[in-house]
Amino acid sequence: MTRSPFVEFRNVVKRFGERTILDGVDLTVFKGEITTIIGKSGAGKSVLLKHIIGLLKPDSGEILFEGRPLRSMSKAEWKQLKRKVSYMFQQNALFDSMNVFDNVALPLRERTRMPAEEIRKKVMARIEQFELSEVTDKFPSQISGGMQKRVALARALVTDPSIILFDEPTTGLDPLRKNTVLSMIAHHQREIGFTAVMVSHDIPDVFLISNRVAIIEDKRIPFQGTPVELEQSDDPLVQQFIRGQESLADELTGLLTRPDLEQKIRQELTRIGRFQKTFSVVLFVIDDLEHIREKVGFIAAQRIVQCLGNLLKGHLGTTGMSARFSQNEILTVLPHTDLSRAQHFLEDLAGRMKDAETFQAKTYPRICLEFYIKAGIAQANSGASLESLIEQARSNLRTIAHLECTTGRRVSKS
Amino acid sequence: MKKQALPLALFRYLGRSFISFVGELGAIAIFFFYGFVNIFSYPFQPRKIMQQVYFIGAKSIMIVALVGLFTGMVLGLQGYYTLVKFGSEGMLGAAVALSLLRELGPVLTALMVIGRAGSSMAAEIGIMRISEQIDALDTMDIDPIRFLISPRIGASIISFPLLTSLFDVIGILGGYLTGCLLLRINSGIYFNRIYDSVVMKDVTSGYWKSLAFAIIVSTICSYQGYFTHLRPGGFGARGVSLATTSAVVISCVLVLAADYVLTSLLL
Repeated sequence: MTRSPFVEFRNVVKRFGERTILDGVDLTVFKGEITTIIGKSGAGKSVLLKHIIGLLKPDSGEILFEGRPLRSMSKAEWKQLKRKVSYMFQQNALFDSMNVFDNVALPLRERTRMPAEEIRKKVMARIEQFELSEVTDKFPSQISGGMQKRVALARALVTDPSIILFDEPTTGLDPLRKNTVLSMIAHHQREIGFTAVMVSHDIPDVFLISNRVAIIEDKRIPFQGTPVELEQSDDPLVQQFIRGQESLADELTGLLTRPDLEQKIRQELTRIGRFQKTFSVVLFVIDDLEHIREKVGFIAAQRIVQCLGNLLKGHLGTTGMSARFSQNEILTVLPHTDLSRAQHFLEDLAGRMKDAETFQAKTYPRICLEFYIKAGIAQANSGASLESLIEQARSNLRTIAHLECTTGRRVSKS
Repeated sequence: MKKQALPLALFRYLGRSFISFVGELGAIAIFFFYGFVNIFSYPFQPRKIMQQVYFIGAKSIMIVALVGLFTGMVLGLQGYYTLVKFGSEGMLGAAVALSLLRELGPVLTALMVIGRAGSSMAAEIGIMRISEQIDALDTMDIDPIRFLISPRIGASIISFPLLTSLFDVIGILGGYLTGCLLLRINSGIYFNRIYDSVVMKDVTSGYWKSLAFAIIVSTICSYQGYFTHLRPGGFGARGVSLATTSAVVISCVLVLAADYVLTSLLL
C-alpha cells in the first residue's frame, strides 16, 4: 500500500478566548491506517478531532484533505468531503428512541435519496456483518454495552466513509471489553480499509492496533511515528507516556525511573574528573523474568522485582539509587564506592537474599520455576561513558542468588 | 477587582441582565425562524410532521375535550348565575360562545398542551442534547434544527387551531348541558343567541391567537431543551429537569402575556 497522507495539519493554532488549546500542531494521518492520538485529559485531543470533521475551524495554520487545503474548498466541496467522515462518540450517542435498524438507517435516510428498499438492503448487510441480526427491533437500552458499540460502529460505517474518528472508544470499559472493542475496530478496519483516527488513554493496548501514534502535549505534537519508534524513542516525555502504566509498578518497587538515573550517572561521571571521586554501578539481572511471568504469574514476577528493590533500598538507605533499567534489569549506583567495597556490598546483599521469602520454594505452592539473580559491577573511571559502564557491568555478571525448587513441582523453562 | 461605587455597580448589573435578556430574545427569534423556514426546505418531512401531529395533537384530544367540557359547564353555571340577576338568562349562549371562542378556547388549549406536550418536548430534546445525540446528528451532517425542531413547530401550527376548535365546540356543548338540561333554558334560544351574536371576526381572532400560541409554545419548549447544556444551573438530569420546568413556566407566562397583547390588537 502506498502511503499517501489523507489529512494533514500544518501549524494549526486554536484558541478559545484567552486559552490557547493548539499552538502550532503538525500532524499527518495516512490513508488506510489507524492513527492514535494519546495525551493527558484536557490536552486538546477532542479539539483536534473536531477540526478534522469541521466542527471547529483553526485560527491559523492549515488543514489539508488529500493534499487540498480546507480553506480553499467551496461549500459544496466541503459538504461532499464531510460525507466521507464519520464520528464515533465515547458514549456511542445512539438515538435511544429508535430501534437498532432505524439507528443504522438514519444517515442514509436523511442524507441520501436512496429508495427505501436499497437502504434496507444496505443496512441489513452492515447489521449482519456486525452480528446484530437478532436485535434489529430492540432499542439501544435493551442491548448490552458491547452490542451498543457495534451498533455505533455499524452506523458510522453505513455511509461508506473513508475516515472514521473515534473519540476514546474504550474509556471506562473493563479490560475484557476493552480488548473486544479494540479488536473489533482493528478487524473491521482491515476488512473494510477505512482510515481511522483514534483518541485514547489506553496505553499500551492501543499501540497493538495502531499504525501510527501521535502524542499531544503542551499544545503541540512533540512525537508522531510508529508504535515501535515510539517505544524506542529516548525522549523523556515519550518514555513518560509509555511508562505511565509501569509507574504504579515502579512505585511499588520503590525504584527510580530510568531517565532519572541515567541523568544522575552522567552527573556523577562529570564530577569524577573534577573531584577525583569514584563511584560504582551494579547491574542486577533477573534471569528469565519473562518465563516466570508466563508460567508462574504476573504477581510472582512483580514480587521478585519488588523484593530486590526493597532489599536494595533497605540496604543502601539514601546513599544509593536504583532504577528499573529494563524489564528484568535493575541498575544501582553506589556513590563514593570503589570496586572492592562494591564487591563487599554485593556479598552482604546475597546473604540477605537467601533468607528472603521470594527465594523460598514454599512461596510458590503450585508451580515452581528456578530462577537466578545475577549481578555485575563496574567502577567508573574518568573518561568512562554511561554505555561503557553498563557494558562493563554486563560482562561481569555472576549469580548472587537463586531459587531452588523441590523436584516434585519443578517446571522446565521452555 | 476594583471596588465600584454602588450606583455604578447597580447600573452595570441592570445593564448586563438587560443585554443578556435582549440577546436571548434574539436567539429565540433566530431559532424560530430557522426552524420555521426549514419546514419548507426540500426534501420535505411529512412523516416526521405527522408523527408530531399525532403526538402533540391527536394524543391531546382527550384532555382538551375533558377540559373543554368542564369549562363550558362551569361557564354555563356561572353565566346563568350572573345573567339571571339581570333577567337576561336567554343571553347565556352568547356569553358562553363568545368567551370560549375569543378567549378561553385558545388560552386553555395552549395551557393544556404546554403541560402535556410542551414539557415532554423540552425533556426529550434536552435528553438528546446531554447524551450527545444532537452532536451525533451534527457529525452525520444532519441539521439538528431541521430534523428535530422544524417538525415540532410545523406540527404545533397544524394542531393548535384544530385542538382549539375542538375545545370551543365541546365547551359550547358543555354550556348547553348545564344551561339547557340542568337549568332549563330553552335550547332553541341558547343556540339562536350564539348564531345571532357570534361574527366571523370572533372566530378568526381565536384562530390567530392559537397560531401565535403554537409558535410560542413549540419554540420556547424546543429552545429550552435544545440549549439544556448551556444552562448555568445544572448539568445532566438536573439540567433537563430545570429546562423542562422553565419551558413550562416561560411558555405559560408568555401565552398569557401574548393573549393580552393580541386581544388588545384584535379587539
